[in-house]
Amino acid sequence: MRVLLRNPRREVEVPGPLTVAALLARLDLNPESVLVICGDTLVTRDARLADRDTVEIRPVMSGGAA
Amino acid sequence: MKCRVCRGPAVIDIRRHNAAFCDQHFLHHCREQVRRAVKDHQMLLEDDRVLVAVSGGKDSLALWDLLVELGYDADGLYLGLGIGDYSDRSTDAARAYAAERGHKLHEVDLAADYGYDIPSAAAATHRAPCGACGLSKRHLFNTVAIERGYDVVATGHNLDDEAAVLLGNVMRWETGYLGRQQPVLPDAPGFVRKVKPLIRLGEREMAAYCVLRGIDYIVEECPMAEGNRHLGYKEVLNALEDRSPGTKSAFVFGFLDRVHERFAGDAGAERAELGECSVCGSPTTGDVCAFCRLRERAGGG
Repeated sequence: MRVLLRNPRREVEVPGPLTVAALLARLDLNPESVLVICGDTLVTRDARLADRDTVEIRPVMSGGAA
Repeated sequence: MKCRVCRGPAVIDIRRHNAAFCDQHFLHHCREQVRRAVKDHQMLLEDDRVLVAVSGGKDSLALWDLLVELGYDADGLYLGLGIGDYSDRSTDAARAYAAERGHKLHEVDLAADYGYDIPSAAAATHRAPCGACGLSKRHLFNTVAIERGYDVVATGHNLDDEAAVLLGNVMRWETGYLGRQQPVLPDAPGFVRKVKPLIRLGEREMAAYCVLRGIDYIVEECPMAEGNRHLGYKEVLNALEDRSPGTKSAFVFGFLDRVHERFAGDAGAERAELGECSVCGSPTTGDVCAFCRLRERAGGG
């Protein structure tokens, strides 16, 4: 599957199928720090992602301490 | 996963609540969390004029959206910080959101209106840019709210922000800051009330809210915040949260319920000593307030 990552913006290929939780573990990402969007749909960590899917992993941490 | 309410397909799981929600029930959950925060901490009156501090990021746009959804009279204030392309895209996001929804957005530009920007302030003071940014925001949101007749400033600080700030304040035993760290700062001479209605919602929830509401926020991180201490605290807290869901909430609300009062005197003593800035008239402990000193050093005074 095609996986879009941000900050910095980049794409990686990961073979599917696998769950969201497994994808995040493979990419060493904390599930608390990201949203996973498959196509246009938010998905939970038990969702199964197919090899043909396009997935965005969107970081959610922001900012200054102001 | 199934939605806790309707058993339909879930779009987000929130482990600290041991719950998952479909899109409609998640949006309801967010509104209810804000409603409860406002009620529990007596943040807003029904007829308050609310000024939302808008950055173009997920938290402030979600906050504005939620307050309007809940029926509050809420306008936005965007502060142009002069951080290159990042500020340009943030401005676009804030303006687009306001225009699409027909909301009123005030704008203040640091360079045009005050003669400096955040990069120049950081360079002039040899300090971290986030310090100059926070100082400028606190001063100008308060000043504009007073000048334009708003009762209260609402900021998009969420549960993760509050947990990270609390950890930082505890690590350094900043007792004055600990005394001021609360969801509501009451009004006082020279200060409007300040409220944090997102304190019961995490930043993952705020990003999901924006996705589901079709709010086009700026996803990229501020280039000047990269690697700052605050983000480091958030990473540590998220590692703890992943192992033990509910840690951040217990940390923040345990502090507010059982510890905050012990430091309230430290903050109260600081406010009691305030006089008027000889340049702008704002409350200050010295002759010239920190904002005017910053502006002078950054070349805008």
